[in-house]
Amino acid sequence: MSLPVDPKVIPKPPVPLEFSVKAESIKITGFWMFLVSDMLIFASLFSVFAVFRSRIMAGPTPNQIFHYGSTLLETLLLLTSSFTVGMAIFAMRKSHAKVMMAWLVLTLVLGAGFVATEIHEFVTDVQHGITWHVSGFLSGFFVLVGTHGAHVSFGIAWAVTLLFQLSRRGLTPVTSRKLYTFSLYWHFLDIVWVFIFTFVYLFGKIT
Amino acid sequence: MSFMAVYLFYLYMIHTLFPENVRQPTELGADVMIIGAGIIIVSVLTRYKKWRWLWSEWLTTVDHKKIGVLYLISALAMLFRGGVDALMLRTNLALPNIQPIGANEYNEVFTTHGTIMIFFMAMPFIFALFNAVVPLMIGARDVAFPRLNAISYWLFAFGALLLNISFVLGGSPNAGWTAYAPFTERAFTPGVGENYYFMSLLIAGIGTTMTGINFLVTIIRMRAPGMTFMRMPLFVWTTLTTSALIIFAFPPLTVALALTLIDRLFHASFFTLGHGGMPMMYVNLFWLFGHPEVYIVVMPAFGIFSEVVATFSGKQLFGYTAMVLSVVAIMLFAYGTWVHHFFTMGAGPSVNVFFGLSTMLIAIPTGVKIFNWIFTMWGGRIRMTVAMLYQIAFIPTFAIGGATGVMFAVVPVDYQLHNGYFLIAHFHNVLIGGTLFGLLSGMHYWWPKMFGFSLNERLGKFAFWLFFIGFWITFTPQYMLGFEGMTRRLYTYPLGYGWHMLNVISTLGAFTMGAGFVVLVYDIVWSLFKMPRDATGDPWNGRTLEWALPSPVPEYNFARVPVVTSRDMFWWMKRHHATIADQLKPNDIRELELPKNSPVPFILGLGFFIFGFGMVFEWWLLAFLGLAIIIGSLIYTGFDYDEHKQVSAEEIRHIEQSLGRLQG
Ligand code: HEM
Ligand SMILES: [Cu+2]
Repeated sequence: MSLPVDPKVIPKPPVPLEFSVKAESIKITGFWMFLVSDMLIFASLFSVFAVFRSRIMAGPTPNQIFHYGSTLLETLLLLTSSFTVGMAIFAMRKSHAKVMMAWLVLTLVLGAGFVATEIHEFVTDVQHGITWHVSGFLSGFFVLVGTHGAHVSFGIAWAVTLLFQLSRRGLTPVTSRKLYTFSLYWHFLDIVWVFIFTFVYLFGKIT
Repeated sequence: MSFMAVYLFYLYMIHTLFPENVRQPTELGADVMIIGAGIIIVSVLTRYKKWRWLWSEWLTTVDHKKIGVLYLISALAMLFRGGVDALMLRTNLALPNIQPIGANEYNEVFTTHGTIMIFFMAMPFIFALFNAVVPLMIGARDVAFPRLNAISYWLFAFGALLLNISFVLGGSPNAGWTAYAPFTERAFTPGVGENYYFMSLLIAGIGTTMTGINFLVTIIRMRAPGMTFMRMPLFVWTTLTTSALIIFAFPPLTVALALTLIDRLFHASFFTLGHGGMPMMYVNLFWLFGHPEVYIVVMPAFGIFSEVVATFSGKQLFGYTAMVLSVVAIMLFAYGTWVHHFFTMGAGPSVNVFFGLSTMLIAIPTGVKIFNWIFTMWGGRIRMTVAMLYQIAFIPTFAIGGATGVMFAVVPVDYQLHNGYFLIAHFHNVLIGGTLFGLLSGMHYWWPKMFGFSLNERLGKFAFWLFFIGFWITFTPQYMLGFEGMTRRLYTYPLGYGWHMLNVISTLGAFTMGAGFVVLVYDIVWSLFKMPRDATGDPWNGRTLEWALPSPVPEYNFARVPVVTSRDMFWWMKRHHATIADQLKPNDIRELELPKNSPVPFILGLGFFIFGFGMVFEWWLLAFLGLAIIIGSLIYTGFDYDEHKQVSAEEIRHIEQSLGRLQG
């Protein structure tokens, strides 16, 4: 079942490769359920942030600490990477393994750019004494955004191991399922970021 | 001799590694017992050369039936630990002003009692039964993700170990099973105690969430052909709703625990009093999990009773559709009631009234179920087995527990009774009368399926009566104490409040229940050696598919997956003389692919344990080591494509033949 399959031999599968074996398709269902639970983690963190947003105390206000340049850059990088991972899946469906890997590598580079920008932003904050100890608002902010950043970093590490697996084994029901679930995860993080961008950064500008 | 050496070395290590003030002198006795037990286990394993067997048959297993057995053993051990805690509490309260254990120890003991009973007794007990029978009931060869299932178990087991080790090393958590902020913040509770609580629940909670996902997907995707949703046994339905509740309830808990831990270890300001922290947020997040949690632990019991009552009344379950609708309704309502746990915190009348009403509403579907169980028994030919006795005891007990619960939904009443002994009596009424009786009923019912022999009925009944009578002796006086104003988490009380007599009675009842547990363990050991093996696989004249299989069930469950044509499928087969065995021809048997044992789950759990231990004591190097083990084993599984083993048709034919289940 998990033997490598030469993509050319498969005569146009009626369903995509990653769904073609029942065990693998069940894993995709399971991954959706995992995303549900992860979404609820973020939902809880968002509700915490919403409650803590105005608890600034003696600390800085959102307006004082948010750098919109870097936030915009992060948004661009992450949204683009969502597009490139979509292209990787597109190439996978067409069985173009090389093209797929190229798109995946590009996705990782963009993701790494995102993480680097965020780390830079956080480090600058901390150097200016803006830490989560200072206020409830900053606690909520750093943990919500940091959790997202940690997810992206984990995703990058995951995709690196996937690259090795894909180059060793080619496209099989198993490897294509793994890539597919990775893309779900990546899109999910992108959507979470859209919410962070809106409710944390943009709303911070308003108040 | 070796014992003394180990013990001295141990004392030396403890004193160098852990600060003096962390340890309580009274804990030394327990240490001696635990180390003694450890040495006995190790030497027995070595003496009979069982290490390899232990590793390859149990520690690395991914077979859901074996994982079920592991869960069951752990749950019973934790029931013992939690029970001993309960007896210590009751002893302290037996008479006014006696203090076998002091105030701080009392706090530690009720905290570990509550935490262990909920998270490390009820939850694994439930998962034991899920694992033991759910795949069999729906005609599946395994759960959806066998390796993940083993990972869940080991995360639970190492989480439990981390909490229990606090007792040995000193410094148990002491802020109650709810661990409310800001009391649990560093400023008010310094030391490592609460770190144990947060870390162990985080680790076990990850495992629990994974179990929820696993069983939800198993039930949605792995049912045998013809097993439509409305043909599923009710226990499968409650497994489904429980799993969904788990997936939705554990994330808020995870966040609540993680944020407090971040506060404690890394000085954030979430629930502290200075710097704009807001402790109420913790309470909201906790009960957003906590209320669904009470349904997580009671709904499986509803499912068990529905199976037990149908089997031992010899009738189909009455009002199946209504039962299904009511469990789904409970699942949905469970999210809308959490504020009833803190009416007194002053959210304002409109909020309180809303949550009071929603709490009353949720009692309705539960009432529906009680009637359906009674109507199932109505006119049936009832067999008074131990499993059935627990079911019959459950109905009035749970009804009273439920009724006192609805009393709390009336907000002014709650203001009077909140945090008093009336509350303690109420929730033990539902947790023991509902959850524990349900789990014990299920254990007696499915024991022959798990182990291949039944438990002794006479001893079982004896234990049952001790539990049942002891329960009422313990908790009826507590309802009265509640009216007399005795508050919970009170370590002692003076003479002259009029609480004296009632407390004496309550403690006597607690020891009666303790005796019940001793008889239960004796029953298990006695039956292990003396009870005849069950060759039929169907000792109770059961109705659902798991009884169609031999006991204990072979690794692959079904040599050929059955086609389901009706509810209570096995009953139908028996009526039409068409058992699975009759149908099976040698040529029907095909080669199978089964999941292969793997060391990853155990090592991953160990990694989490080391990580957690490092975090508790803020030994960052150790925490990094644990993290490295975790990451290492994750990468290892990622590259491990060799997850399956083939079982040849010949082998299966041989096994089925030896079980007498093959034609020709
Ligand atoms: C053997 C029967 C049991 C006895 C005699 C018993 C007794 C007690 C006592 C004396 C307390 C402390 C009351 C106080 O000082 O506030 C307590 C608390 C508690 N018990 Fe039990 N218990 C029993 C079984 C259980 C079971 C089976 C569960 C759950 C499945 C459970 C869950 C709890 C919880 C959650 C608390 C609250 C702990 C806290 O205040 O943080 N108990 N029990
Ligand atoms: Cu509740």
